[in-house]
Amino acid sequence: MQQPPPAQRIRLRYFKQGPARFASQQDFARAFERALRRAHTPMAYSSGFSPHPRISYSNSVPTGVASRAEYLEIALARPIDPELARAELNRVLPRGFQIMAAVEADGGALAESLTHSLWGIELGVAGLAEATAVFLAADEVIVRRMGKSGVREFNVRETVVALEAESGAALLRAVTGPGKIVARPSDVLAGLCAVSPALAIPGVPLATRLAQGSWVDGQVHDLFGPSESLG
Amino acid sequence: MAALFAQLEPLLAQVQKPVQYVGGEVNSQLRDFDAAEVRWALFFPDAYEVGQPNQGMAILYELLNGCSSAPVSAAGPDVADDWLLAERTFTIWPDLAELMRENGILQFSWESHRPVRDFDVLGVSLSTELGYTNLLETLDLAGIPLRSESRTEADPLVIAGGHAVFNPEPVADFLDAVVLGDGEEAVLRISGLIRDHKRECGMATPGSRERLLGRLAESGLAYVPAFYDVCYLPDGRIESVRPNRPGVPGRVAKHVLLELDQWRYPVRPIVPLAETVHERYSVEIFRGCTRGCRFCQAGMVTRPVRERGIQTIGTMVADGLAATGLAEVGLLSLSSADHTEIAEITGQLADRYTGTNVSLSLPSTRVDAFNIDLANELSRNGRRSGLTFAPEGGTDRMRRVINKMVSEDDLIRTVEAAFSQGWRQVKLYFMCGLPTETDEDVLGIADLAFRVIEAGRRAANSRDVRCTISIGGFVPKPHTSFQWAAQADAETVNRRVRALKDKVRADRRFGRAITVRYAEGEPGMVEGLLSRGDRRVGKVIENVWRGGGHFDGWREHFSYQRWLDAATAAGIDLDWYTIRERTQGEVLPWDHLDVGLDRAWLWQDWVDARDGSEVDDCRWAGCYDCGVCPDLGVATQIGPTKRALLPLAVAGPAGAANGV
Repeated sequence: MQQPPPAQRIRLRYFKQGPARFASQQDFARAFERALRRAHTPMAYSSGFSPHPRISYSNSVPTGVASRAEYLEIALARPIDPELARAELNRVLPRGFQIMAAVEADGGALAESLTHSLWGIELGVAGLAEATAVFLAADEVIVRRMGKSGVREFNVRETVVALEAESGAALLRAVTGPGKIVARPSDVLAGLCAVSPALAIPGVPLATRLAQGSWVDGQVHDLFGPSESLG
Repeated sequence: MAALFAQLEPLLAQVQKPVQYVGGEVNSQLRDFDAAEVRWALFFPDAYEVGQPNQGMAILYELLNGCSSAPVSAAGPDVADDWLLAERTFTIWPDLAELMRENGILQFSWESHRPVRDFDVLGVSLSTELGYTNLLETLDLAGIPLRSESRTEADPLVIAGGHAVFNPEPVADFLDAVVLGDGEEAVLRISGLIRDHKRECGMATPGSRERLLGRLAESGLAYVPAFYDVCYLPDGRIESVRPNRPGVPGRVAKHVLLELDQWRYPVRPIVPLAETVHERYSVEIFRGCTRGCRFCQAGMVTRPVRERGIQTIGTMVADGLAATGLAEVGLLSLSSADHTEIAEITGQLADRYTGTNVSLSLPSTRVDAFNIDLANELSRNGRRSGLTFAPEGGTDRMRRVINKMVSEDDLIRTVEAAFSQGWRQVKLYFMCGLPTETDEDVLGIADLAFRVIEAGRRAANSRDVRCTISIGGFVPKPHTSFQWAAQADAETVNRRVRALKDKVRADRRFGRAITVRYAEGEPGMVEGLLSRGDRRVGKVIENVWRGGGHFDGWREHFSYQRWLDAATAAGIDLDWYTIRERTQGEVLPWDHLDVGLDRAWLWQDWVDARDGSEVDDCRWAGCYDCGVCPDLGVATQIGPTKRALLPLAVAGPAGAANGV
């Protein structure tokens, strides 16, 4: 079945936090499509035998990581007020997901505007500032990541643009940029442990993506929001 | 979020699919625990992904949480108020269970993450025997003593329902009470009785628990296994099952819900965040089946047939979709094409939803042209990919034995019609190991499949037609005509199925158009032991669980050897319980549980089976005295209602229907 082109595209910034951070990207996608139907959002659909609502996801956080800066774009069959769409979706989304902003899209590809992420990792361990310094001084920090096709080794240092332990070491802030394998918060921690074996990180610390956008003048400029700078 | 979640959260980051444990899904109910007087933890003894879509759980969850099925409920059943609540719990995968044991965290409820131990009732949904080890695993993780006799006033009542409990004897020692049949009215009445008991006696006073169980048993609401003594003959058969205290009925009858239009559940089912085995909104269009397939326990224990009317079904579909945002609707029952108004239901729903992104499905396997008409209606704009039929037996003789009243010529005509109308694949369900079955009966499945492909190629005028044969091992079930039958041993089932596969593969003309799917016979032997077992089998289940066995319904977790070893250690002869034919006079472990069937009629049906005599459906051929209606004081409730779908209410604020 051939469908007409969309009448409008809307970009949404959403939060994923609390227990909802344990949802995978696929889990969220299913929940989001159902929320769109409950909210009666006039979605545009793909052509073909089994039409799907046209949604573009980009750079989703790993399962278990919270986010205050997730982005997606939806295509609509008829134009609506983005604010109304936002309000209706927030009424029906599962607990832990919340649309924070909605604007009409300018036409560019979403992923191109989302090159850098600022992460906050709740730690509170001794020796963090020292480990961070060693990490930043290194040219190469090799870590291993378990993937679907087995264990991969890669240089985590390559995509870490900035790294800083907050005073008191309660929070580690990291900025990651583009690369072949983009570092995740867990990779950054693995990298710190690799350069500083004495570092004892208990369990799996809570990590949150705080901002996502472009890297300008030493800051991550969030695509929608005010930039959140390092330090 | 209460108590355990803070302890649990760090562990969730370390396990597979953590989202399944967090609760808080759309339409889940987090209610005031302390304000309620009777609190149920509804437990499905399998993983969340299997248990959450279970229709029985969904119905009782809404009912116990007072979800209104308006407008009917206000004037209808005594729907719960604040005094009653239900939360859910499921069996936890080994990775998290191990971490919980290490950290001293007990089995929790999905809503408030409170220990299951804190609830008044653990309501167990037992739909398959292979969940029994998970029952023990979860009781243990909950800190509830495994055996009923070891529990105290501080423990919840463990009450089970579901299809497997029509013979609860293998798990009798682990259950406090058992509810037979439809649960809707039963859970409300049991809740009322518990509330009254708590008000009058409190739950903490010594002896209170036994008095409450006494009230449950005397009222006939539930079967309390501890109040019955089983005596055995020297040869191992049962001599008698008798009540051991006054006031307890000699036989316990199943519950039958009437007027299903008055009980519109579920209407706001939980929408899982995790992926589950069924992702659809399901409406039960009728309950019960009187087709009389002799192998089918569901058809025997759910009589009589009770339909929902077309208007109720239409309203439930519309409300269910609005409340969930799901895109698929299943019109469920044991044989959905048999609803008296199924043509109107499918036609009018197709009119309403064709062109939207809602798809309708009718899981019917009836072998006739009418069934294809229905499938055509439901796929008006879609692709006609595959149709499923269930002849169950490979030869006409075999089908007469099992009372599956369809001839080979019927089947061929049906598939011809399907292929000529654009369908390109048929799936055929069969069983292996049926009573009186020979090797030739199973090899006959191949001949049937060859004819299907030959007829299909002709009708479709194309070589691009396919047939999938799916073979399940037959397990004799309690309360069926085959309850006395000898189960075929695993070697026989495996040998016949392999011979069938070889025959299909060797055929140069048709072999490559046919796929044979089958399961090994060994799990069927365990299912057979648990289906027709008695209380002595409980020791085997406990041994298996203690030896590390659980999630037995999952191939990667099932170990046949572990079951064999556990049976040996318990002094249980697997063959005696499975491949031994029973005589008419033998006391069966479930004879004191009354599903309404007249035992003499059932025996005669077993005799007729071996003679190859068929019996037609009482809905159109007249009553044949199976006994259910007079015994239980009920009657078949079917249409036609001669009504049409009610108009849809106006859609939500942001626009009209969610069309393309």
